[in-house]
Amino acid sequence: MSNKTLPAWIDIGVIPLINVCMAFAVSGLVILLIGENPIEAVQYILMGAFGYDEGIGYTLYYTTNFIFTGLAVSIAFHAGLFNIGGEGQAYIGGLGVGLMCLSLDSFMPWWALFPFAIAAGAAFGAAWAFIPAYLQAYRGSHVVITTIMFNFIASALMVYLLVNVLIEPGSMAPQTRSIADAATIPSIKELFAGLGIDISNSPLNISIFLALACCVLMWLLLWHTRLGYAIRMIGFNQNAAIYSGINTKRVIVITMCISGAMAAMVGINEVMGAQERVLLDFVAGAGFTGIAVSLMGRNHPIGIVIASLLFGALYQGGAELSFEVANITSDLVVVIQGLVILFCGALSLMIKPGLEKLFIKLTAAKESADV
Amino acid sequence: MSEFLTIMLSTFDATIRVSTPLILCAMAGLFSERSGIVDIGLEGKMLAGAFAAAAVASVTGSAWLGLLGAIGVAISMSLLHGFACITHKGNQVVSGLAINILASGLTVTLGIAWFHQGGQTPLLSGDARFLSIDLPGALAVENVPVLGAIYSQLISGHNALVYLAFITVPVTWWVVYQTRFGLRLRAVGENPQAVDTAGISVFWLRYRAVICAGLLCGIAGAYLSTAQNASFIREMSAGKGYIALAALIFGKWRPKTALLACLLFGFLEALTVRLEGVPLPLIGEVPAQLMQALPYILTVILLAGFIGKATAPKAIGIPYSKER
Repeated sequence: MSNKTLPAWIDIGVIPLINVCMAFAVSGLVILLIGENPIEAVQYILMGAFGYDEGIGYTLYYTTNFIFTGLAVSIAFHAGLFNIGGEGQAYIGGLGVGLMCLSLDSFMPWWALFPFAIAAGAAFGAAWAFIPAYLQAYRGSHVVITTIMFNFIASALMVYLLVNVLIEPGSMAPQTRSIADAATIPSIKELFAGLGIDISNSPLNISIFLALACCVLMWLLLWHTRLGYAIRMIGFNQNAAIYSGINTKRVIVITMCISGAMAAMVGINEVMGAQERVLLDFVAGAGFTGIAVSLMGRNHPIGIVIASLLFGALYQGGAELSFEVANITSDLVVVIQGLVILFCGALSLMIKPGLEKLFIKLTAAKESADV
Repeated sequence: MSEFLTIMLSTFDATIRVSTPLILCAMAGLFSERSGIVDIGLEGKMLAGAFAAAAVASVTGSAWLGLLGAIGVAISMSLLHGFACITHKGNQVVSGLAINILASGLTVTLGIAWFHQGGQTPLLSGDARFLSIDLPGALAVENVPVLGAIYSQLISGHNALVYLAFITVPVTWWVVYQTRFGLRLRAVGENPQAVDTAGISVFWLRYRAVICAGLLCGIAGAYLSTAQNASFIREMSAGKGYIALAALIFGKWRPKTALLACLLFGFLEALTVRLEGVPLPLIGEVPAQLMQALPYILTVILLAGFIGKATAPKAIGIPYSKER
């Protein structure tokens, strides 16, 4: 019953694809159940996500968030840790980005502020992940439970800060003042306008390049550095890692801090890019979508980019779908997300034994035919 | 003095009402987790149950049929959880999360398609709801000082599901500690190999445990939508499943202490409403958000090992595979 019976292309290509297809098939059944046409729904989603330049802008803007949170979840997965706290880490990370921008935006242009904002966000996100990580590594409490708790604590803390401390004086809405225009990062529209190309307005901004850079960095870190090796070794076999001299406790804490810092980059896209201020619940579930993205992308940066694009398209297309079909709202996307987590995560091993049997039968038949 | 008593009574009364779903979910989690199955899906099962209860009750006009519907839906979600992580050895946390997200999306999607009220179900009234029950003699003793007031205001006047929730705790204790099933349930959460060696099916035991969990989550859901409120509202579980999970851990996976933790967390919530905008002596006004976060903060402190030690069942989270 070893993994060796299946060739790699089935294991990392066919099985995930079948799992995703099952998730979509069940989503189609849900659409049928509420009396709509699934094929029509897919058309609306595709048109909404890729049919015109504003739609593409929104799709890639969502994609940016999901790449950050997907990478955050995946690096923890590599160390055998399940970081459910991406939501809270992104929220607190956004606070760090916002505080840095709001205190320096009258002194510097965005490109000078950018590294400071990234550092502040990363520090806040990492700090929020540090406590659960420390408790897991040194006090034996489980990181899943503590990160869940920290999501709720982050949410309460942010409501308190936005309502009582950071609120723009004279404003009714619990949000900060907006960051000075010169200090917000340029949108892709401005970038294209500089090249003389006119595109429609969308919240897509240059953080998408940061996201892609993070993918490369994550790949380098995980597969080409000593730390990455230690992280993956802990994930494979913690005891072997201990006996080979890796300080597992320390690596666990570092991994979670990197994970938190990565999730916090959502704050760059949202606070410094799209919203230009800190406001309530700006993460909007991206931390949880990151789990689906990471599971679907099999914890590899390339897979994560593809899965993020798919979920970006689902979010944007789903919003479009809810305009077109009265009975459907964007909550349908939440259903699809749940099904992807179910089939690509919890049930990921379901079809493997069957496929193994089938494969053995096929190869045996082929061998006997060859003889 | 009597004013103080009135305030105390109404706060405790509110505590009982808010604690009810927590108690039911904590006992649900207890069954599941003592058998070795992590259950972060309490939230989703309760939410799905709440929707099913309100939907069935509004169509049939019967709260009891609604309760049955809620139990049915919550148990099927439990079975899905079991199918993923008992039969197919999937990751239990991932599966629980999938159930939560699925419930959060499906309840609203189906609610909009079926009832066209933005995800809400129609308002329930009369027999479609669990209404408060006056216990015998409540009116008669109302004027007896202190004890009479406690009986008539605090103990009497709740709906059937509240009493059911409080009965659940000793029943859970009895099942888990005094029956053969309970002994095996605890054993399978600590050392499934030993149970398997004794010729008892680990899978079937764990399935029964998650079915118990589904049953109780269903009742909790029905309480939310047909007893405490008069309709299903989107996201109405609002993190209660996670607070119940925290209470279960805070209560160290034991019925009596979990009950106390639920009452403590419920009391904090009731107090939050009462203290809104009221400055306390010495500390001043306590931010409502701090009170809301307190159950989670306390649980984290407990898990850090600063208030006693919470030891989870030993085999929790590990799928059992019957090798060779």
